[in-house]
Amino acid sequence: MRAPSRRLVVGGGALTVFFALSVSATGQGKPTVKAPELPGDLRTQPRLDAWIRVGADGRITIFTGKAELGQGLKTAILQIAADELDAPLDQLDLVTADTGLTPNEGVTAGSHSMQDSGAAIRNAAANVRWLLIEAAARRWSAEPQSLATGHGTVRASDGRSLAYGELASGLDLSVDARPAVPPRPRGGGPIGQDVPRVDIPAKLAGGQAYIQDFRPPGMVHARLVRGPSYGTALGEADIAAVRAMPGVIAVVQKGRFLAVVAEGEWQAIQAQQRLQAAPSRSTATRPDDIHSWLLSAPAQVEVILDRGGAEGARTASAAYTRPYLMHGSIGPSCAVAQAKHGELTVWTHSQGVFPLRKAIAQLVGLPPEKVRCRHMEGAGCYGHNGADDAAGDAALIAMAVPGRPVRVQWMRDQEHGWEPLGSAMVARLSASLTPEGRVASWRHDVWSMTHSTRPQEAGRLLAGQEVDPPFQAPPPRPIPMPEGGGDRNAIPLYAFPTARVAYHFVPEMPLRVSALRSLGAHMNVFSIESFVDELALLADEDPVAFRLAHLDDSRAHDVINAAARSFGWQAWRRSHGRGRGFAFARYKNLAAYCAVALELEVEPVTGEVWLGRVVSAVDCGQAINPDGIRNQIEGAIVQSLSWSMLEQVGWDADRRTSFDWSAYPILRFPALPQSVEVEVIDRPTEPFLGVGEAGQGPAAAALANAVADATGKRLRDLPLTAEKVKAAMG
Amino acid sequence: MTTLHLNGAVRSVSSAQDTPLLYVLRDELGLNGAKFGCGLGQCGACTVLLDDRPIFSCVTPLGSVGDRVVTTVEGLGTEAAPGRVQKAFEAEQAAQCGYCIAGMIVRAEALLRKTPKPSERGIRAALAPNLCRCGTHMRILRAVRRAAGTPA
Repeated sequence: MRAPSRRLVVGGGALTVFFALSVSATGQGKPTVKAPELPGDLRTQPRLDAWIRVGADGRITIFTGKAELGQGLKTAILQIAADELDAPLDQLDLVTADTGLTPNEGVTAGSHSMQDSGAAIRNAAANVRWLLIEAAARRWSAEPQSLATGHGTVRASDGRSLAYGELASGLDLSVDARPAVPPRPRGGGPIGQDVPRVDIPAKLAGGQAYIQDFRPPGMVHARLVRGPSYGTALGEADIAAVRAMPGVIAVVQKGRFLAVVAEGEWQAIQAQQRLQAAPSRSTATRPDDIHSWLLSAPAQVEVILDRGGAEGARTASAAYTRPYLMHGSIGPSCAVAQAKHGELTVWTHSQGVFPLRKAIAQLVGLPPEKVRCRHMEGAGCYGHNGADDAAGDAALIAMAVPGRPVRVQWMRDQEHGWEPLGSAMVARLSASLTPEGRVASWRHDVWSMTHSTRPQEAGRLLAGQEVDPPFQAPPPRPIPMPEGGGDRNAIPLYAFPTARVAYHFVPEMPLRVSALRSLGAHMNVFSIESFVDELALLADEDPVAFRLAHLDDSRAHDVINAAARSFGWQAWRRSHGRGRGFAFARYKNLAAYCAVALELEVEPVTGEVWLGRVVSAVDCGQAINPDGIRNQIEGAIVQSLSWSMLEQVGWDADRRTSFDWSAYPILRFPALPQSVEVEVIDRPTEPFLGVGEAGQGPAAAALANAVADATGKRLRDLPLTAEKVKAAMG
Repeated sequence: MTTLHLNGAVRSVSSAQDTPLLYVLRDELGLNGAKFGCGLGQCGACTVLLDDRPIFSCVTPLGSVGDRVVTTVEGLGTEAAPGRVQKAFEAEQAAQCGYCIAGMIVRAEALLRKTPKPSERGIRAALAPNLCRCGTHMRILRAVRRAAGTPA
């Protein structure tokens, strides 16, 4: 319905050609498609035993190339597999992202896990269940169609039964999945149940739950010595003095790459702090005003929507901005690496163990098959943070200290100073209205730097840039539609008769940037949904009704109506200083639908905003674990409110200046909303739709709309700090 | 050697006196509960109890502990036999990545020892030193209310 057009255009004063990409630019690095008829990542890896193995002891092992990031992936995958295999959950084991064991499913990102891995495992499990039935049918000389399954057994109508383990020896899973096998009769399984997360108990009691807790025998501790932030370099450090410090066993120096290795962690930190005291210099130029810079920098411009038609008489326009944002993981990035017998093993919390393996193999000069990257959980990452860099660091150090497992953990100022940020962005919107108060035409231009510099090459790892000679990083590229990067969600879901959307992709990046949860969708939805409210005000119509009048998607109507109803939109009473806001988006226009309504109160003297009730409705197709979905949406809303009220990365001529939680404040408990409610609309017959990032944009826009409602002043520059609110109120 | 009263036991540790308690717990004693988050006393991931008071173990030198009793999340219960706050966090599924959660549980335990029936404002104020990045805050609040037996 909306065929994207590609054309040659002039942008930012420089003539640039947009080149259509034949391969994904998202850094997903998946293998080629072999079986297009199969669902999810079975398309690239159709063999059943890549995904599922059944042991003679009855244990069933599930393999996913996706990783647990705290989003509940393990539990959801187990629910899908157990449901379709018709086996109890506790009969299943799960192996996640490991280049030595699991399918290559690229990067765990973009709310793709249920669509890619969940759908693949569901189909693979249906295939395995059917092969188990066929194996039993051969044993009994029965018709497969006459047999049933239940609780990990195949059953015949005469009462005979065989456990899956008893059938394992006659089962050949070295075959490709078939697209259509008779499915298990629906219902009664764990799909749709609030199954408690399998990873939570250990996390509550100090079990080994994170890579930070991993202590293989003989492990040593390393710390990196770098300038204060990306785009700086450290001067001459007193290495000789540090070699003599207690516990120090090595100082690893390769070009500008510098690390200290010690028997004890605190010893490594003390040595690092001594080396770190050397003076630093800036190696980059950082514009004072990033948003003016974005508008004037050389850009590749692509028109991603061009729907011709008439213009209306009444017009409006507005410009919105977003600062650089930080992932800000609570646990700094960590990795453990061990070089042994010409092979290198790297334990990492990277979102993409397969692409990372390529980058590390290049970095250390080993063939990829001699490098194994194994995922272990870290602190929540919310995109491409320092995880891959720390893995590269550990790999390089491990090669210099062969035999001993080397644990690297970044310090807090390193995580804040070196992680790739979420890009600063600018959006300019304009529209015209018909005399009846409907949108006649719509225009959206968005400017952004890249939203993915995920490594598949050594040049995208910090260590790769620091060694001598350095590896070159490939130039950043836009992520093509329909998912998009900076233009993610820039195409409105609304049925505007005339609409034009253009993406101004700025390849240069004065501050290091990469993927942050929802990429450009946070900014584009903030802009679109703010502007829709501005137009509703111009049309003198209720913002919820105005949205519904422009949407012809019934699922969009359902989530909007559900959120409005739960919030009590119609009955809501205004009082002085209070406001309500509404926003909606379908993530990427192809994943989960999410609507958010919230109320707040503005403190007139200080401009402080006190959040009241927040209500959300979400439709992500068939709900695998409704409580898991609520957890993700609650988190997305609270995180987005933190981004949108408080957060912006600072810098000066010398360096990035947001080094810790005092210089980069995030939401703390006293500023939380009064409540956050999430209603999940289950669609049992619809495919899984990614949900993890769906709340980011709607929460930001609902906040801005509520501030405008409370104060009568529209704020368009994120974050909506108390200072800005106070200034706007005069 | 330093004597440490930890989780109901007496332990002897050899770390230097200026070593932050966090590294003694994690590296010398092999405990996982207290986490390194910032090393600056800004995030609370390293929170442990000193007697009944919550402290940042990342900025507390071993030598300053003395004969006070150190309690980490491991001292509040186990996976098999969780304590009341841990049970409440499990019941509310109050974790996403969970990296901050051990610190949250310890700080909630300190609150409930001092104030068995805290107000909503009291809970929020008590937890203010601890950061969560996943946005699990609303569930953490529910879990603390549940542990206190004061549902909202």
